[in-house]
Amino acid sequence: MALHTPPMPAGELVTEGPGRAPGARTGRLRNLRPTTWVGLAFALPLLAYLLIFYLYPLVENVSMSLHRFTRASFVTGEAPFVGFDIFGEVISSPQFWPTVRQTAIFVIVSLTFQYVIGLALAVFFRRVFPLSAVLRGLFLVPWLLPIIVSGTTWQWMMDADSGILNQFLGIFGVDPVWWLNAENSLMSVTIANIWLGIPFNLVILYSGLQNISGDLYEAASLDGAGPWRQFWSITFPLLKPVTAITLLLGFVYTLKVVDIIWIMTMGTGTSQTLATWAYSMAFGKGSSGVIRYSEASVVGTILLVIALAMGFIYLAVQRRQEADR
Amino acid sequence: MSTSVATLSSTGTAPAGRDNRVRRAWWKTTIGVILTAVMLFPVYWMVNVSLTPRDAIRSADLFPHNPTFEHYSQALSQQLPYLGTSLLVGLGTVALTLLISAPAGFAVSRLFVPGRRVLNFSLIVAQMIPAVVMALGFYQIYSRLDILNTVPGLILADSTIAVPFAVMLFSAFMAGIPGELLQAAQIDGASHWRTFRSVVLPISRNSAVTVALFAFLWAWSDFLFASTLNREGGNLRPITMGIYDFIGAQNQEWGPMMATAVIASIPTAVLLVVAQRYVAAGVTAGAVKD
Repeated sequence: MALHTPPMPAGELVTEGPGRAPGARTGRLRNLRPTTWVGLAFALPLLAYLLIFYLYPLVENVSMSLHRFTRASFVTGEAPFVGFDIFGEVISSPQFWPTVRQTAIFVIVSLTFQYVIGLALAVFFRRVFPLSAVLRGLFLVPWLLPIIVSGTTWQWMMDADSGILNQFLGIFGVDPVWWLNAENSLMSVTIANIWLGIPFNLVILYSGLQNISGDLYEAASLDGAGPWRQFWSITFPLLKPVTAITLLLGFVYTLKVVDIIWIMTMGTGTSQTLATWAYSMAFGKGSSGVIRYSEASVVGTILLVIALAMGFIYLAVQRRQEADR
Repeated sequence: MSTSVATLSSTGTAPAGRDNRVRRAWWKTTIGVILTAVMLFPVYWMVNVSLTPRDAIRSADLFPHNPTFEHYSQALSQQLPYLGTSLLVGLGTVALTLLISAPAGFAVSRLFVPGRRVLNFSLIVAQMIPAVVMALGFYQIYSRLDILNTVPGLILADSTIAVPFAVMLFSAFMAGIPGELLQAAQIDGASHWRTFRSVVLPISRNSAVTVALFAFLWAWSDFLFASTLNREGGNLRPITMGIYDFIGAQNQEWGPMMATAVIASIPTAVLLVVAQRYVAAGVTAGAVKD
């Protein structure tokens, strides 16, 4: 992505040109000289867009977390500034720490299984075999389906009375599981979320595997290393950079999940995470019926800070990987 | 297709060692088919339920013995307006995303933009911001501007899912365009805009297709913005809300619901059949490139 400064072709000098970049030497071709104004002009729609559609809502969100908003605020416009009071209220609320715990379980269990299954499949698909491309393509389906579609399907499969999952378990004499009740809902939404995340892991890890030279494996098998040994001595160590990126992105994407949980359980019981909590306080048709924008924004702001931190870590990891190369 | 992306998604070729390999390859195909079947079982189940007559749904048969299309006709008669809205929102999002991201990709990759590193960082972080946070902010702004429950409002919000990704994809591809091409255009006296429109854009067609496909699919699939910014939009709500209505209903009707879900999955199917290679390229480009 370095700026392109092309070599000058002989005999075709253009000595003058509008929009000269500062510090540009004469006698060079008129652009591809980097020109500040032109670059800005092309980027302007994006810059304006980022300011209006990213920064503004985010500022709005943070501001809401510092003002006490109520339903009436939308009519009267009155929302007194209260500093970090609402942060204190949210963090000391009895729901806060259990929700953090559930979020952590949801994220860690999802990531672990998505990664392990995704990696196993990537290794499985590494060498071409008949139909491998088609099958690999089909594995993308869960990732491409609208979440409302997969969410409702899982919800029906997990129905306690007539869901296929309980019927299947019944063959082995297992009693019906109340998948979606308060106690089990965290496990159920995690299962569905793992299913959703496998394709993403598979695709990224697969492309990572393609960059490992086949010679290494040939040499290893000449030395008598079996598939297991090859995996631990070649595949896994060489895949570390890709693994880091995959897990990092997976963490961020899983942390912000609302839709699959909301569609399956409305974030009830143990399936409440920070993201669904924020959603339900602001938009939920919750049982309480009380809309709490400021509290929702506080949780949102916490999530935002985590996302920002992850962005920095992502960048640092990427830099280090580029330096190593 | 982008050169850098193509290398990532190209398949490795099996080296020599024929006979044994061939036999093992068919073994792998068998296992692969089984794994895929397990993975796609929920999708099969959705189709199965959508074809099962109403009175047989609760018995959870593995196969629709008396397949019926009644759920589909019911779904279509109810959901047509929502499908129309979704189509409109999807196309609007595609147009807006392309309009903003193509020039920006050109600027970021080939022209001098001050603060390019900060911009790149913002694009990465933008993709990490939880949608619920965005929705909270948008809700506040939209209710002040009184554009809640409108199609343009939803298009604007949905485009935020796609724009950062699109800029990164375009700039990754455009960075690989040979400099000689752009130079030739300049020598012929083309302006930057002309170079962009007549040289860069036509070459970047595949990137544009990838961006368009993803932008459409994401807008089509969006639940979060639709359920927050467009809750009371009546017929101006997208198909995801049409399905969501079933969940809230007293007596959840699984047949029509699953039929609607199948219909809502059509763009996914199209994407897979028409554009699988773009999809794989898109996933890897969005995640591991910048």
